[in-house]
Amino acid sequence: MDERAGIDAVRLPPVTQLGMLSLGLVLVAGIYLSAHLPEHVSLGPAVALLSASALVLAGNVLALWRADGFPWRRFLEVARWALLAYAIVAGMIEYVFLRNHTSGGPLVVLTLSLVVFAVNVPVLIAFTVARYD
Amino acid sequence: MAHAAVSAPGVAIGDGPPAALERPDFQIVPRAGLPIVALVLALLIAGIAVNELWPLEFLHVVGGAAWTVIDLFLGFVLGPIMGKLSIPARIELTTRLMPKMVLIMPTVVTVTLAAGWQLSTHLGTNVTSYSLHGWVVASFIVVAVMAVIALGLLEPANIAVLTELKKPQPNPAVIERLMKRFIYTAGATGLMQIATLVIMTKLAAG
Repeated sequence: MDERAGIDAVRLPPVTQLGMLSLGLVLVAGIYLSAHLPEHVSLGPAVALLSASALVLAGNVLALWRADGFPWRRFLEVARWALLAYAIVAGMIEYVFLRNHTSGGPLVVLTLSLVVFAVNVPVLIAFTVARYD
Repeated sequence: MAHAAVSAPGVAIGDGPPAALERPDFQIVPRAGLPIVALVLALLIAGIAVNELWPLEFLHVVGGAAWTVIDLFLGFVLGPIMGKLSIPARIELTTRLMPKMVLIMPTVVTVTLAAGWQLSTHLGTNVTSYSLHGWVVASFIVVAVMAVIALGLLEPANIAVLTELKKPQPNPAVIERLMKRFIYTAGATGLMQIATLVIMTKLAAG
């Protein structure tokens, strides 16, 4: 992405693009499971999508970690509040699944998908704020 | 209300120093709104717990209507207007509007989705045997696309522009870039909301 006007003092990895990819993968996993309810559904595709999403998220954070001069203090300051907010959002959705007696493998995959979601969004928000610090 | 100055090289006149723009004081997350958010979420928990048609339908329809109308209004009415405003007017509008959006949008989206899923479970419209199941899955896809755009681009731009405006020396180029991103993504989600209206009216009509 083009970053003119002296906005980026340091070269940064494509965190926004990778974050959106990770978010997209985990949402597709959620749609796949939700679209097959209440029938028995093979968890394979959902697990593969979730794993890919988690890997992209981990790679994203790792790539950012290796970036020199990134303002981590500002990043963490924003990320912790965003994490609190999106943990509440994810918690509400988890509550609906539990209320409807979702259990076993689908619940595990959906819960882990919500965890990836709840971590991904704060990373995206905190990165966008911190990159201009 | 306290004001602060933003140095804006783009509006400098002659050889003098850059013009200073007035900024109203503001909170990035308006604390006065947090009890209202807590109340709405408490109503959502209660509505899902009792699992009766009226509260679920109320929460889903009110939340969904607010989400759709706000996206359409921002994307097609306010967005283009903001793009044509002078920089001081844009800053004034941004510092008054955006902090409210930080609270309103996540709350409205959470209420709509959680109540919507519970409502569809209550009505049996999220099972594969439902005659309009394809339309329900289409609504999931539309929501997912909107979520990726809103959470990946729009919400971060919203927070980042407010953080930039809080700095003692905000960078007008950063504000300009982030506001552009906000306006374009609001337009994109506005377009997706038209698809939501088509799907939801089809599901309601049966």
